[in-house]
Amino acid sequence: MRLLVLVSVCLAMLVADLKFRYLEVVRQALSVATWPLQMAAAAPADFVRNAAVYFGTLVEVQKDNSMLRGRELEAAQRLLRFEQLEEENRRLRGLLGMGASIAAKSVAAEILYDAPDPFDRKVILNRGSQQGVEAGMAVVNEQGMIGQVTRVYPVQAEVTLLTDKDQAVPVQVARNGLRGVLAGAGQGRLELRFTLSGADVRVGDRLVTSGLDGLFLAGLPVADVVSVDRDAQTFAVIVCEPVAGVERTTQVLLLGRAEPPPPRPAPEPEPEPRKGRKG
Amino acid sequence: MQPTHRSSRILQPAKTWFAYLSLLVALALSYIPTGLTPGVPDWVALVLAFWSIREPLRVGMGAGFLFGVLVDIGHGAAMGQHALAYVVLCYLATAVSRRVLWFPPTQQALQMFPLLLLTQVIMVVVRLLAGAEFPGWWYFLSSLTSAALWVPLNYLLLLPQYQPVDRDDNRPI
Repeated sequence: MRLLVLVSVCLAMLVADLKFRYLEVVRQALSVATWPLQMAAAAPADFVRNAAVYFGTLVEVQKDNSMLRGRELEAAQRLLRFEQLEEENRRLRGLLGMGASIAAKSVAAEILYDAPDPFDRKVILNRGSQQGVEAGMAVVNEQGMIGQVTRVYPVQAEVTLLTDKDQAVPVQVARNGLRGVLAGAGQGRLELRFTLSGADVRVGDRLVTSGLDGLFLAGLPVADVVSVDRDAQTFAVIVCEPVAGVERTTQVLLLGRAEPPPPRPAPEPEPEPRKGRKG
Repeated sequence: MQPTHRSSRILQPAKTWFAYLSLLVALALSYIPTGLTPGVPDWVALVLAFWSIREPLRVGMGAGFLFGVLVDIGHGAAMGQHALAYVVLCYLATAVSRRVLWFPPTQQALQMFPLLLLTQVIMVVVRLLAGAEFPGWWYFLSSLTSAALWVPLNYLLLLPQYQPVDRDDNRPI
């Protein structure tokens, strides 16, 4: 019967997509066909957004402007110090014989809207592969990290926010360098997973990216520890809150490595199970 | 065919190209980025249900599957999520087609509500099984607004069939 055939095809597609992610190629290919329709549908939304900007009051713009001037001044003097420190860092690294720190490449982008799928915490950006966006880039705002690029279209990109249940980030505690994996826990909270209950993590600790995944740059602020519960069995339950306003930001910067990460070492005879990350 | 089976008015036959054009328009409407606003009607489900009831021989599970996949791609949802829900919707709509058409449009809308709700329940169950977060009860408001749009949609999509035959075509002399 046709119903049974089609339903089983759908179920097979769901399993292939959700469990094994086999269908990304098909999705990309078919999205070429739906693209003109999507662009046409996005036009009214763009219009409404631009109209809102157009009718913003002069007072608001002036207030914004003076605030931005103040911030720029502050940033300029920090930049001067930063350049000096970078030069110094380069010389010291040279003296110690260490490799140069990783060069970063960045793309500025704007968040257009929430992705229509209500089951995930995802947003759509106005930059895509034509502007050099790649899957896996970290998305940050002026305060810290807000998510990761998970899908790239020609002129748009989809970002999975940190608060999504499937989004994991390798982090370390800035105070003592303790490593862990941070994942979304629902309701805008994050959870530091697989950290032993005896581990040295305190309320108020700042978590930064560790860069161990070979994708993110090390040292981007990600989250602050809000509560630590050590009564659970093996692992402590550590709840964190994102540093950046993850769900209410518009201007973002995409950061990626300018050169590919070093190749992984050859697999050992007995491969240890590794936590897979969505990418 | 009549507007409902009780009506004595004879409609023009439906055109297949118009059915698929209306489905494409519904697809474009569903691509409008509304973010996470609750209660946005599921245009594609509504139009698919409409044609499955009016023209079960022309629009059915195949169209449901095709447009479901297109919605999945446009929304960035799991591949097959909307397709599965729409296939079931079209199957059930085709099955109840003969009965539903005896009722006036307002009562048809009441009978469509459970079908549209079931479509959403299927999608929620599929995603929850895959480990997604529950989107909140507001999510189901969408099938209520969809059902409320049944009556105006019924009128709008039947408009081309209300057109009278051009007298000159079959007038003697």
